[in-house]
Amino acid sequence: MSLLLPSIINGLTTGAIYALVALGLTLIYGVLHIINFAHGSLLMLALYAAFFAKTLLGLDPYAALPVLLLGFFALGYALQRWVIDWASHGRDQNILLVTLGLALVIDNLALFFWTSTTRTIDVPYAFEVVDLGVALVPLPRAIAFVGALVLAALLWALVGWTDLGKAIRAVAREKEGARLVGIRVEHIYAMSFGIGTACVAAAACLLLPTFYVTPQVGYAFVLVAFTTVVLGGMGSFLGALVGGLLLGVVEALCGLFLGESLGQIGIFALFILVLLLRPTGLFGARLA
Amino acid sequence: MRHWVFGAALVAALGVVPLVTSSEFWLTFFLMALLFALLGQSWNVLGGYGGQFSFGHALFFGLGAYATGILQVRHGVPAWPAAIAAIAIAAAVGAALGALVFRYRLRGSYFALVTLAFAEVARILVASFDYTGSGFGILIALAPGAGNFQFADRRVFYWLAWALVCLGCLVALWLERSRFGARLIAIRENEAAAQALGIDPLRTKTLALALSGAIAGVAGVLYMQIFLFADSHIAFGPTMSVEALLAPIIGGLGTAFGPLLGAILLHALGELARHATGGAPGLNLVLYGVLLIVMLRFLPDGITGLARRRARG
Amino acid sequence: MTRTPTRREVLAGAAAGGAVLGMPAILKAQAPSVKVGLLHPVTGALAYEGEQGRKGALLAIEELNAAGGIKSMGGAKLEAVLADAQSKPEVGAAEIDRLAEAGVAAVLGPFGSGIALATTQAAAKHNLAHVVDVGVVDQIVQRGLKNTFRFAPGFGRVTAQGLENLVALNTAAGNPVKTVLIVHEDGAFGSGMAKLMNERLPQFGFQILDTIGHPTPTRDFTNIALKVKQANPDLVIPSNYKNEFILMARTLRQQRVQPKAIFAVLGGAASNIRFAREYPDAAENIIDNNHWFDPTKPLSKKFAASVEKKGWDLTYELMLNYSCMRLIADAIERAASADRAKVIDALASSTFSDHIMPYGPTRFENGQNQGAQIVTTQIRNKKIEVIYPKEFASAAPLFPVPRKG
Repeated sequence: MSLLLPSIINGLTTGAIYALVALGLTLIYGVLHIINFAHGSLLMLALYAAFFAKTLLGLDPYAALPVLLLGFFALGYALQRWVIDWASHGRDQNILLVTLGLALVIDNLALFFWTSTTRTIDVPYAFEVVDLGVALVPLPRAIAFVGALVLAALLWALVGWTDLGKAIRAVAREKEGARLVGIRVEHIYAMSFGIGTACVAAAACLLLPTFYVTPQVGYAFVLVAFTTVVLGGMGSFLGALVGGLLLGVVEALCGLFLGESLGQIGIFALFILVLLLRPTGLFGARLA
Repeated sequence: MRHWVFGAALVAALGVVPLVTSSEFWLTFFLMALLFALLGQSWNVLGGYGGQFSFGHALFFGLGAYATGILQVRHGVPAWPAAIAAIAIAAAVGAALGALVFRYRLRGSYFALVTLAFAEVARILVASFDYTGSGFGILIALAPGAGNFQFADRRVFYWLAWALVCLGCLVALWLERSRFGARLIAIRENEAAAQALGIDPLRTKTLALALSGAIAGVAGVLYMQIFLFADSHIAFGPTMSVEALLAPIIGGLGTAFGPLLGAILLHALGELARHATGGAPGLNLVLYGVLLIVMLRFLPDGITGLARRRARG
Repeated sequence: MTRTPTRREVLAGAAAGGAVLGMPAILKAQAPSVKVGLLHPVTGALAYEGEQGRKGALLAIEELNAAGGIKSMGGAKLEAVLADAQSKPEVGAAEIDRLAEAGVAAVLGPFGSGIALATTQAAAKHNLAHVVDVGVVDQIVQRGLKNTFRFAPGFGRVTAQGLENLVALNTAAGNPVKTVLIVHEDGAFGSGMAKLMNERLPQFGFQILDTIGHPTPTRDFTNIALKVKQANPDLVIPSNYKNEFILMARTLRQQRVQPKAIFAVLGGAASNIRFAREYPDAAENIIDNNHWFDPTKPLSKKFAASVEKKGWDLTYELMLNYSCMRLIADAIERAASADRAKVIDALASSTFSDHIMPYGPTRFENGQNQGAQIVTTQIRNKKIEVIYPKEFASAAPLFPVPRKG
């Protein structure tokens, strides 16, 4: 079937987007075990930030990326330290509800200020393609693919090779023990949340040229992101990357053979199978 | 003991709402609160008493709603037997799901996510086949009459929902006093220790999931009979799963009256937020979210937790 | 707040809140007035469509009041009571009770078909007139509810007419289109449309190469574009919501898929002026069959100018709600009363024609406006032009669309 190869290639580029969204979540959920319902809302917020950078300041999303990284890191840090931790007393079920409340607040503030109009940006390279012979890959998606690889490598280096990374790993493994050896646990949680949120900003900048933004847009990605994290193995950046790419391909192939509607089942069926048969995920237990 | 008396008083007060108000608005307000209290109680049985947090309770709610609808519309089964069959189906799926996922020892967030995945699979499946209404959903013909489980008088639905919520509270109180409940709570507190004491976690948790599924199925049936329509997003979507867990956590996990208290408080908050913000789209939900967060800060154990703390102090 | 509130305080707060809750948000409280409920999903998944609908109705109210209000009631002003269905049927139904209690004479809304099924039924319990603004599912007006009126056509009519218009365009152009591919969202209207198309298109000699359903939201349309490319149809018929439509149009362009025409039926963005303006590359020459106003009417010109001045997007939700609000005002005018039964009677016997839609005089049969119809539009030079039927046309059709370089 001549569609098979283009479909797989397309699945890989979609999967790269899933990986980008999941990379931030694997730090937040995979390492800190915070079930962050607001992840999609933060992605939405970052997409708006990139949108306004382009429309108000004339800044291309790729140029805006470094600024947004810093801004969203600060936002994430503040949210974890002064909202989530403050309100949840560190209890799992309350964290869940706090992030749920946050999602409600963020989504509806966006609705109030920016209305529900679908917004897109017009960039000169929107319709440029990379001709691979068997498939045409839109240029922005090729860039996003490379971006996912780079981001995964950077996170891996950050957590694996820096003092901050050591502290994060220590907190993930044994919270109280880490506290005893002088690690400021609340600070490390907030740092991780901040880094995870910064990843969302990167994902947004790489996604916007081929996508759109509305206050609801985050929900299209959040379930897939959780699936990716568990599939790849909690806290594994390589896992999130491979998991995302795999989900993209599975979705594309299921869409091809079962139809786009029923094909969505592929993602969840794969997810259920992995949970039942290999709950540590493909690359589980690497980090913690 | 005090919160037991308080809960009973609340339930009794709710029972006379239709007698003291002729306002359809307030009747609907409390009817919706009761419906979501029932769904919350279902979640509470498994999550509150059993410590197994599900993110996919829409699965059982949706099964209740869809099964009763399909039996009536496609097979001409009368409404009441269809309702009973639908509840049985929800319970059976709960048991099957429990037997599967608990056998593989999924717990914590893994259990939460696997239930979510099953609910999503169900949502996609029902949206994909004509038999299950595909994209349109299931619409029951409007035919008021007690035999059709459709009541022109909203009060009948109200008292029915009220009676079912009472039943739900009784189930929870039974859990607090029965051996089965004790086994379930022991598993919540420490599964390994419970197992060492000779409790079969697989069997206990599976039964709890079946019971929980049945109650959520009842809520689904009730929703379907009141609105006569559901589509895959309404019935099986993640929103409903979230509705199921909000009320019991806010009201007080693992307490008999927690889900009811939580549902009423959340509905009141929603109305209050709506009133305070006027017609501006979304602002009411912003305020609702802020109130939710603030409430968690000051009532970390839910409302019944507060009552208990005061009783102790 | 630094201390934990006592239980009594919490309860007292809830009770105090409860005392004031019965009153919904009311705009412009002036006496004497007639209240009308505007029930739209202004939050949640349908927020954009709901907000557009609300704006359209409010614009009509603004104009009607400026023109002297309801004359048969001594110039009583119309007063909007706003309600939000939050894109959920059960919330919509609860809002109906609130509106009924606020004393509205009629309800207009709620865009979505699923919500409409719940709200029309809830309004029937109050014997409250409910004008459905969009809600294309035909069951809405087939349940024998005496209070329910749909001004716009349902999808049976929409599809049949879309097909007629296609045949007419194709015949006029010398039958360039022989093969067709359908892309539809898998919800109520997209699937229903696809089913009807599959039954009817072959009767007119068209060959259907494929019918591709997709969910909402769909994150990626490349697979679909690839299938379209492989099938290489003369014509693509899409039927989906706004965001998906935009993604689809862009992906088709990216994958260099160029059928002889894109002929949408209720295409989400093909009749959205913003899409036409912001994505000229992908949007240009797309044809849609949708609710749209008759641009040749003087009232339409005035309406379009007002919308332009307010900086709103010109969309069909705006047009339909604007028209429906005028329909309701006319009924109240003739009933000379806000009495619910009288308003229902006045609507049922309505022959209202002072609206902007291409419908002619209103005539409700079992709640469905018999004259209601859609038109065929095409995006041309970043504008949406009516191209068929001829009596409403503002531009000649460009069909088939010439290939771009």
